[in-house]
Amino acid sequence: MAVAEGAEPISLDEADARPSSPWLDAWRLFRRNKAAVAALITIIVIVFIAATAGLWTKVGLLDARTGAQARHTINPVNVEPVDSFPDPGDCARDGQERNPYWCSWLSEEALLDVKNSYCFRPEPDPTQRQWCYLLGGDSNGKDWLTQTVYGAQVSLTVGFLGATMSLLVGLVYGVISGFYGGRVDMIMMRFVDFMYGIPYLVLVILLQVYFTEVARTYQDSGKGGFVGFVLDLNKSMGGLLFLFVALGVLSWIGMARLARGQVLSYREKEFVEAARAVGASNRRIIFVHLLPNVIGPLIVAETLAIPGYIFTEAFLSFIGLGVQPGTPSWGAMIQQVRERGGFFSNRHILLVPSVALVITALAFNFLGDGLRDALDPRLRGT
Amino acid sequence: MSESRLSEPAAKITPGTSAGTVGKRVLVEVRGLKKYFPIKSGIVFQREVAAVKAVDGISFDIYEGETLGLVGESGCGKSTTGRTILQLHRATAGSVKFEGEELTTLKGEALRKMRRKMQMIFQDPYASLNPRMSVGRIVAEPLVVHNIGTKKEREERVAELLELVGLNPYFVRRYPHEFSGGQRQRIGLARALALNPKFIVADEPISALDVSIQAQVVNLLQKLQEDLGLTYLFIAHDLSMVRHLCNRVAVMYLGKIVEIADSEELYTNPLHPYTQALLSAVPVPDPVVEEKRQRIILKGDVPSPVNPPKGCHFNTRCPVSVDVCYEEDPELVEVLPGHWVACHRVF
Repeated sequence: MAVAEGAEPISLDEADARPSSPWLDAWRLFRRNKAAVAALITIIVIVFIAATAGLWTKVGLLDARTGAQARHTINPVNVEPVDSFPDPGDCARDGQERNPYWCSWLSEEALLDVKNSYCFRPEPDPTQRQWCYLLGGDSNGKDWLTQTVYGAQVSLTVGFLGATMSLLVGLVYGVISGFYGGRVDMIMMRFVDFMYGIPYLVLVILLQVYFTEVARTYQDSGKGGFVGFVLDLNKSMGGLLFLFVALGVLSWIGMARLARGQVLSYREKEFVEAARAVGASNRRIIFVHLLPNVIGPLIVAETLAIPGYIFTEAFLSFIGLGVQPGTPSWGAMIQQVRERGGFFSNRHILLVPSVALVITALAFNFLGDGLRDALDPRLRGT
Repeated sequence: MSESRLSEPAAKITPGTSAGTVGKRVLVEVRGLKKYFPIKSGIVFQREVAAVKAVDGISFDIYEGETLGLVGESGCGKSTTGRTILQLHRATAGSVKFEGEELTTLKGEALRKMRRKMQMIFQDPYASLNPRMSVGRIVAEPLVVHNIGTKKEREERVAELLELVGLNPYFVRRYPHEFSGGQRQRIGLARALALNPKFIVADEPISALDVSIQAQVVNLLQKLQEDLGLTYLFIAHDLSMVRHLCNRVAVMYLGKIVEIADSEELYTNPLHPYTQALLSAVPVPDPVVEEKRQRIILKGDVPSPVNPPKGCHFNTRCPVSVDVCYEEDPELVEVLPGHWVACHRVF
């Protein structure tokens, strides 16, 4: 065996035994970032609670029913079944009995008698379960905690699906554009420039309005077919399908630009040329050499973009163009403040969904930050 | 193509023949090779407004088992020549024959097959290895691409190759960032050797390394050439290293070859004014000689390869230029046995 002079194999020491790969190194770096780890745990907890919401409801920790349904089964002691609930703004203002369905410990008056107001104890009948509106409810008697948990399902779905869609479309588009270059690149990127010229929110709102119109006319005409199928699907998804379409139309363009830039910076690297010299196909070069190198910054960008999708959904639901009425969503919950004017007397209506939004958004931001430190090879000496 | 170049009657079209190579087999034959990079303009309908004439009609032969040095200053087209020979850039004009087979028209599978026989090692040992791949995967890649052997056989071959270039086979699981420049260059070399190539283009393989490591890598290259019968095209700008390593040397200036000769002949008897200027810049490790050494300082800069001067490309800086240099492009002619020069002032 020909071994060159002065080039004896270097012996392995203890440190060499430790397995090391770029992904493993990234994980080690990530683990060191406490805020990012806390954010990751928070997200896992939120996802877990949202995913198992149905289970909690079954067990009885959450109540998906509205007060109107609930009051007949639970049969409160102090409250006679009524057809309509008083406005939450009137809560105990005139000294009347506090209604446990809509008075909460977060409202000023309720704080005076916490126990009495937020816990509902059907004491005469021990077989009836005790019911508690921990975070209060709205004027329809909906438990705000339950609504928040179910709202998390919507927000997380929108966040993850929006990010996945835009990552996939943007990645494929950007990689093709950057890799093939020349005329292909120019035409594809001019199209992206054109898309950038469209105001994002306005287009999303217009699309939602359009979809609502289509749904209404179809419902009236009672036709089936493909459009009918799509409309039914959207309905069964609580209006989320069209929301995804509206979000997906424009969300990928930033990602496409980023992916293209990344590919451009790696395309001329010598290791790509080496792969070519060896005879590797374009497909192999893209999937084996380019993608693993460009994916890191894209994942970071997508993670940081997730709060944006969640906010967009919340905003659309807030102005009534998001999920269908009746589907729990943080935006729609916040909107209740506008309807019932509980800004001061029923702060929980605004506070609970807002805090949920902020915690979720912050968690994704911290996670993205941690991922950037761990994944971006420019910050590491490679 | 195995016949001797001697049998060819027209000596003019086989530049670079020399006494030392007579009777040897030509491995790579380059004729009138041009590589222009278009400069495009326009927003939607791009048209070519100009071209960077990186390689502007060069011809030479590389003989089996030799090391041909290719020297010249930055931007003169050395690397482009190497890459165009390997078909990493497709030639604008001219021909490249490898063992008599024309490469410039090869495509797809046929070209892929040819790639097994010729490989490249790169200048930057940091950029030439994929940071996301383990050493084992990097070295095995040529085998995977050409579908050679089973997984186990490939692993054995990788271990063998790593040992061949002086690396511990245990390194297969490690990643490029854990290695020094010299070690990385060895990994790149192991990758290039994986397919048992005959011909290797070494594009400034030692320029990015520490001087102490340079010698190691050069020795390794020489050792491998002896053991495996490799042929090198060694691109460099370190003239002393080229003298040490190469059998013959070609000097390039602005996309053209200005002089080719046997290494010793070129260094002791440079004929082209550019070669003379280039060699006068090499320090001599003898204080007495060094004291008397006359440096030829060239005026001005290299003209842009987009718009090279009419006539001889060197005429803007040449200390001995005459009228004809501004009119006619000098041909590469054999002025001494095996010593080819492209200059109107050399007879």
